Amino acid sequence: MIEDRTLSGRVFAFINYILLTIIALITVLPFVHVVAGSFTTSAEMAVKRFILIPTEWSIDAYRFIFSTNTIFRAMGVSVGVTLFGTIFSMLITSLMAYGLARRDLDGRKQIMFLVVFTMLFSGGLIPTFLVVKEMNLIDSYLALIVPSTISAFNLIILKNFFQNIPEGLEESAKIDGSSDIGILFRIVLPLSMPAIATLSLFYAVTYWNTYLSAILYLNDSAKWPIQVLLRQIVVLASGLESSAELDASVPPPEQTVKMAVIVVATLPILCVYPFLQKHFAKGAMLGSIKG
Amino acid sequence: MQEAAVKQIKAPATRRNERSRRIWRNKWLYAMIAPGILYFIIFKYVPMFGLVIAFQDFKPFFGFTGSQWVGFKHFERLFTEPDFLNILSNTLILFGMNLLFYFPVPIILALMLNEVRINFLKRFFQSLVYLPHFLSWVIIVSISFVMLTMDGGIINELLVYFGFEKVNFLLSNSWFRPMYIIQVIWREAGWGTIIYLAAIASIDPQLYEAARMDGASRMRQVWHITLPAIRSVIIVLLILKIGDVLELGFEHVYLLLNSMNRDVAEIIDTYVYTAGVRQGQFSYSTAIGFFKSLVGLVLVMLANYLAKKMGEEGVY
Repeated sequence: MIEDRTLSGRVFAFINYILLTIIALITVLPFVHVVAGSFTTSAEMAVKRFILIPTEWSIDAYRFIFSTNTIFRAMGVSVGVTLFGTIFSMLITSLMAYGLARRDLDGRKQIMFLVVFTMLFSGGLIPTFLVVKEMNLIDSYLALIVPSTISAFNLIILKNFFQNIPEGLEESAKIDGSSDIGILFRIVLPLSMPAIATLSLFYAVTYWNTYLSAILYLNDSAKWPIQVLLRQIVVLASGLESSAELDASVPPPEQTVKMAVIVVATLPILCVYPFLQKHFAKGAMLGSIKG
Repeated sequence: MQEAAVKQIKAPATRRNERSRRIWRNKWLYAMIAPGILYFIIFKYVPMFGLVIAFQDFKPFFGFTGSQWVGFKHFERLFTEPDFLNILSNTLILFGMNLLFYFPVPIILALMLNEVRINFLKRFFQSLVYLPHFLSWVIIVSISFVMLTMDGGIINELLVYFGFEKVNFLLSNSWFRPMYIIQVIWREAGWGTIIYLAAIASIDPQLYEAARMDGASRMRQVWHITLPAIRSVIIVLLILKIGDVLELGFEHVYLLLNSMNRDVAEIIDTYVYTAGVRQGQFSYSTAIGFFKSLVGLVLVMLANYLAKKMGEEGVY
């Protein structure tokens, strides 16, 4: 679009940039503050001389949180659940989306209705909890994955994406003797990489951020994922108390430790974000809301 | 059209035959969707039928079939208990604040982003404001906690520095709602712009050129072209939002909830969790959940109906 070069146009653009910069700062500054805080010494934190850049750098807080294996274990649980969960969800979702995208499948309208209806009405927390309990999934990592295998929203996005692939490609593969599953894996999926990348990111983020399922289904604190541990440390400030062997060293004040745990829990998302963010804006629009 | 005509001519028997043959030919397709269907049945539809325990005195030991039926006892308790009315009003107030303070923000932000004419700057702002959406509520609430705590939190230190008194944001009744809504805006406003930006991108540029010829300022172009062009998207999203009336985010509220702010922070979801999972009142909490799901369903239908009445497309 052509730039508006009138005075009022320039004033407008100028004010807009100022406001957006303020919004960007509001988005970023809390992170910067937390990261900076996690890298400072207890002494500096105690006098609170800084907001954004510490004058004394230190990794004491990180040394402290990594001195026991509590954090490692929780990170391990989260990584495992995210990895297996994402693969499992993408597999089941793609299989179902492909079937529902095929126009020659009898009953696809009825099945779609059943899927959409779950977005409007649900049995709620307690009946779902009881079902998971009946399946003996309590205190199993599977409880973090299986009950949230498919997101109806992701399924619809993927189905719509598959539907836009020219049918001729599938027809010709079929004439060449490909099976349905062969068509999905050899033709449809390779053509759908932007959608696959986006939805994998959505699933991965959901699994990484899992909190409700963990507090519902995991009673054993040794199995907690990082989100639950983070909440224990920051909100309840009690997560590291069990580590008795730490008493020898002087623990830094809570504040820097809390910040370090926040940084550790956020880091994986910050790491994958730049690689995937160019896909997802497009990907999120693939299905649009109309379906 | 032709297909339909042919179908009508054919005898019903052959049609059924042809249909079952087609189903048989697609047997592998059905095998492919089977795991997904199984998932929806087990984890979505079985719980829906599990709602029957709202009409029972459910004891896990006796199961769905062995527990005693009590009719509407739990629903009667629901509407006579003063606790519940308080929780309901807390829920509705948070929803109202969501609609009033959160809903317009992504629209305004999308309009602002759209006015950025330098492409890489626009992309830069976009990727920045999308980011918080990907952080869990635990992380966002944790960041708020370390910043807002009385015990060395940056916000309280700044208040002291500028000569004010410390405020105990985290344990206060009056600060809970503002804190909640600010966190919602901080996390979701950026991500919420995506759909609006896509709608704006499809506006015909000629409209803007014509408006400029007529001497319309940029503000007027936004007001008279961009905003009307995304009106239907706004309405669709409003319907979806209203359908989510009682979905205020269990995790978010639960994380902010403590014994000091319970009077204003306890909402239906957190109450269901506490009463059901923590205290084992399965039937009573299921009745509350049932009530919530029903209200949500009715509201989304109503909003959809109204939108259609007003000449918009509706969602469902």
